[in-house]
Amino acid sequence: MTLELGLNQQPAHTRQGSSIGQPLTRRDGFLKVTGTARYAADNHPPGMLYAVLAVSSIARGRVVSLDIEAAKAHSGVVEVMTPLNRPALATDPDAKDHPFMFRLDLLQNDGVRYPNQSIAVVIAETLEAATEGAALLSPRYETEPARVGLDGAESFVPRGVGVGNPAVQQMGDVEAGLESARTRIEATYETPAQYHNAMEPHAIVAAWDGDRLSIDTPSQGLAMAQGRIAGLFGIAPQNVHIRSPFLGGGFGSKGMISGPQVLGILAAKLVGRPVKLVLRREQMFGPVGHRAPTRQTLRMGMDGEGRLTAISHHARTTSSTFDDFFEPAADASHTLYASPAIATSHDAVRLDTGTPLFMRAPGEATGSIALESAIDEAAHACGMDPLEFRLRNYAEVEPMTGKPFSSKALRECYEQAAEAFGWAGRPLEPRRMRDADGYLTGWGMGTATFPAIMFQAEARAVLRADGSGLMETGAQDMGQGAWTAFAQIAADGLGLDIDQIDFRAGSSDLPNAGIAGGSGHTATAGMAIHNAGAAVIARLADLATRNEASPLFGAGNEGVLARGGRLYRRDDESRGESYTEILARAGLAEIEGHGKGAPDPTSQEAYAKHAHGAVFAEVKVDPDLGQIRVTRLVGAFAAGRVINPRLVRSQYYGGMIWGVSFALHEEAVTDRRSGRIQNANLAEYHVPVNADVPSVEALLVHEDDPHVNALGIKGVGEIGITGTAGAVANAVWHATGVRPRRFPIRIEDLLG
Amino acid sequence: MRDFDYFRPATISDAVAAAAEPGSAYLAGGTNLLDLMKGGITSPERIVDISRLPELNRIETLDDGGLRIGALVRNADLAHDPAFAKAYPAVAEALLSGASAQLRNAATVGGNLLQRTRCSYFYDTASACNRRQPGSGCSALGGENRLHAILGWSDACIATHPSDFCVPLVALDAVVEIEGKEGRRHVTLEEFHRLPGDTPQRETVLQPGELIVAVRLPAQAASFASHARYLKVRERTSYAFAVVSAAAALVVDRGKIRGARLALGGVAAKPWRARSAEAVLLGADADEASFVRAADAALADASPSGDNAFKIELARRIVVRALTSALAGTPAVMPALPASPFSSLPGVRHDA
Amino acid sequence: MTSKTTIPVHLDINGRHHTLELEPRVTLLDALRDRLGLTGTKKGCDHGQCGACTVHVDGERVLACLTLAAQAEGRTITTIEGLAREGELHPVQAAFLEQDAFQCGYCTPGQIMSAVACIREGHAGSDEEIREYMAGNLCRCGAYPHIVAAVRQAALEVAS
Repeated sequence: MTLELGLNQQPAHTRQGSSIGQPLTRRDGFLKVTGTARYAADNHPPGMLYAVLAVSSIARGRVVSLDIEAAKAHSGVVEVMTPLNRPALATDPDAKDHPFMFRLDLLQNDGVRYPNQSIAVVIAETLEAATEGAALLSPRYETEPARVGLDGAESFVPRGVGVGNPAVQQMGDVEAGLESARTRIEATYETPAQYHNAMEPHAIVAAWDGDRLSIDTPSQGLAMAQGRIAGLFGIAPQNVHIRSPFLGGGFGSKGMISGPQVLGILAAKLVGRPVKLVLRREQMFGPVGHRAPTRQTLRMGMDGEGRLTAISHHARTTSSTFDDFFEPAADASHTLYASPAIATSHDAVRLDTGTPLFMRAPGEATGSIALESAIDEAAHACGMDPLEFRLRNYAEVEPMTGKPFSSKALRECYEQAAEAFGWAGRPLEPRRMRDADGYLTGWGMGTATFPAIMFQAEARAVLRADGSGLMETGAQDMGQGAWTAFAQIAADGLGLDIDQIDFRAGSSDLPNAGIAGGSGHTATAGMAIHNAGAAVIARLADLATRNEASPLFGAGNEGVLARGGRLYRRDDESRGESYTEILARAGLAEIEGHGKGAPDPTSQEAYAKHAHGAVFAEVKVDPDLGQIRVTRLVGAFAAGRVINPRLVRSQYYGGMIWGVSFALHEEAVTDRRSGRIQNANLAEYHVPVNADVPSVEALLVHEDDPHVNALGIKGVGEIGITGTAGAVANAVWHATGVRPRRFPIRIEDLLG
Repeated sequence: MRDFDYFRPATISDAVAAAAEPGSAYLAGGTNLLDLMKGGITSPERIVDISRLPELNRIETLDDGGLRIGALVRNADLAHDPAFAKAYPAVAEALLSGASAQLRNAATVGGNLLQRTRCSYFYDTASACNRRQPGSGCSALGGENRLHAILGWSDACIATHPSDFCVPLVALDAVVEIEGKEGRRHVTLEEFHRLPGDTPQRETVLQPGELIVAVRLPAQAASFASHARYLKVRERTSYAFAVVSAAAALVVDRGKIRGARLALGGVAAKPWRARSAEAVLLGADADEASFVRAADAALADASPSGDNAFKIELARRIVVRALTSALAGTPAVMPALPASPFSSLPGVRHDA
Repeated sequence: MTSKTTIPVHLDINGRHHTLELEPRVTLLDALRDRLGLTGTKKGCDHGQCGACTVHVDGERVLACLTLAAQAEGRTITTIEGLAREGELHPVQAAFLEQDAFQCGYCTPGQIMSAVACIREGHAGSDEEIREYMAGNLCRCGAYPHIVAAVRQAALEVAS
């Protein structure tokens, strides 16, 4: 059974012309503003029990005792799941068949390998009883010393970083380039551990029916989650039905099914009743991924005209002791600035933490704040305006590979954003601007970039005899607007008005839409939808153009176009007929078509594909107290075709605010002795509040890209954070003369 | 959260009688207590819900010109009371700089005085904390302590008191009215909170079962109305606890300081009245040089309890700024960003 | 009244009267979500640190996670489900939809309840004031500029 959400009951915003490119309001908006959008934890099947995790307070060691009796004695507690009674799995949760199979903590033993690791699950009739039951377990441990910090263990060079890029890459002779330089800079920057902290904690409602499993849980990758769960339980993937119509944010942390989600399924199996398990906010700091800390050293050389002669970018990062994910921070230097020599390298230490994971712009965000800071330092060392310096080093081809860009409207981004911001006339030296109230004022900029990635996706389209269309793909909406943007692509693909489209997504029994990640979902699933629509129209055109009774007879498939529920002759638009007429004549109830979305290997080989942007920031700093406030942000982004400018602008804003957060707010503070995170809450793990966010402007720069895919879509979800973080840091320098070298920037860094 | 008995007394005396039993706790706004109970930091067996006691919900002017604020008056109601905000602008500004609009709608005057520290080791029940569990030690020492105390701390505890409200109150000689089995007593707010010493678990002078029924401001407190400010430095613009804050109140006559009040927040286990600084200011010229001397006096005994030496310098500067702002005069209207260093950004003022 | 097991709690929610038998430790938030099926009110942190559970009690915004259900006895409670009248969106809901003042939508019920109160309190007089008085509602997606625009728009509509 698929989802019936009633998304079509509310008319979309008024518009003209085709659906793509129109600023429609969200199709799921009515549900979201009325509180009727159903998130995973909002489900409550009959007979459901509540499960609550007990998590470790130590970073390393083993659990030697749990007071299971005390927990069970608490009124309402039904069962306590521990390594002793946890139902068997078909697969070892520590097995790793491929790099994207992350090891999970599923009570496979009494070991503890990071703080907040699951050590038991308490299942009860009420949430209150389960919560108190978990507290009553009072675990005792055998504790080993925790390994903490960027120097907390012996370093090594990982086999790959990010999605499997080489840890060390080099083009040209960096040392010779530095040697020959007129001006050199070298600087080291530190970035902290950050936690995704989607507003919706990871949640699952799981119900077994024999060997069939029904799940409500947020997922950015339904098919992958389905496969992973099926593998763990030794059942066929089609026996696992996951519904994920709405994610309360993901940012990467819901890309892979996490241990706690699987524990919810195990708990349901153990008690033979449906179970709901929702992470407590503090439990989000461990088992569901994070952005690893980094320490990055950049060296740059410039000739007498300010042209780069070499870029060297080294990043130290951290991973867990038992799995591999390495933040590919230094790779940020591969694409942005022309240089005859570029070297990037990574090393890492293994710590007693949960395994890091993709977090909004993994590698790009961490690398960007260091690279853009270093570029700012380099410009200043050359006595150049930071924008002029960036234009002087503009990469006409991708520096690391020499490939041409499939499209690159970065110059236009620089120009439009600088104009809108009013960059001209900015003093080169820092601490030169004060406003009327005496606040130090600074202007900084950064370049934004993110690769245009595509995965694999499929879609199924149906045209019905009544002229309406159905489009199905298991797409995931975590806030980016999939419900709306994909319906727009579907409408254009089927040549129908959007109100005629029944778009279904967010469920694992639909065609695999790939993952909502890597800013590639709209391009990938969008192409599948586009192609499915085209397949239907091709069959319809076949029916019409081969039938003598049709006014389109003989036009040939290429000779017709689809629009507004009708086919027309291209050479004579007065001749056409409606879909319903064609289907009625053919005696068909419906026509079905299938489409795929995938990167084109030929263009993949030939072109470097990236979205670009430029961000300008103004900050004010209290000259005595060091408190910072961002007062203006202007970004301009070129990311190929825009499906819905209203939604795209929201994505850019969101990314830019993450950039502010990176520069000024977010940091997980780990106790140097215990390894426990001391601010595992939303009061002291600071994400920006409304009052931190100034006037923000995002300009959508026109860009046609004939190479990325037939729709010309790149991706907009992550690029906003890149560039912005550096722009804010550079503005703080410009205001104060203090160069931020660790993030977030703290008051004590600016007290002087 | 452990289960508990729930009791809703009809009168103050019923409340005090009910709370006399060990393991009892009063519940008013609940904004701090429920949070602590959820974390297992405190686990009362019996909750005495005093939130509906009608007589504790009033703001009254006393015959001597002082003000008596019922313990259950909510933070938002007090801050937005026009007469109160006019007479005690720094107190209103401090209230509005705390927490969020939602929390201020629930949090009460009495509860604000009794809020517990935000020291992460106090909250982290796996850590040693003499305040939470006497004799267990202090994990904050040698730990992550860049926001901890710089004044009045001991080797047993380096936590700070998180209240904004209490800072101007202690500066203005507020008095706490307490009801207990033995009747009613009055304690100055300065004496109400205790420094940790060897017994950090004894945070206030309240005896078990005693109830705060009101906070009084003496008549003289309103004499500072035209020169009173609260300033709070935070790590985000709003909805954050103070790194350091200060309340400053002056009476100035022809360039000379005739009355001076100064207190600091976020620096010690109690709202910190800086009497030595007040002594420096009294009779001095109302100028920056005096303010710098006052700041030096206020922080003369400060010492870092960890990675927080910056807070000493920051506190000095906040003192100077707060005094400078107070001298400049209370704004005619409440800033849109109360107590923020950015409250003077143009176009952000509004009526309280 | 005293009890350690369950107590009767009478709640007046969105104009409907409910009587529940609850343990005293049940929060208003969990009563709404788990006992009454009113899941529009969200749990983001359960510690008063995010604003996702904002509801109105006697017309004023408070956090349902830090309110015991028993404390709300006899009070008038409004949740996001009670805002629209006869299918007609409240001006704040309509403004959120039009301004794209949300993305994932999880914080949205709390934002909207907070915004309705913010306007009613008279704290929507300027963008800066809206930002400050909406600061108790975190939005991780970063919809803040559009939230400010929506509150500004709705405040004008409510005033006219």
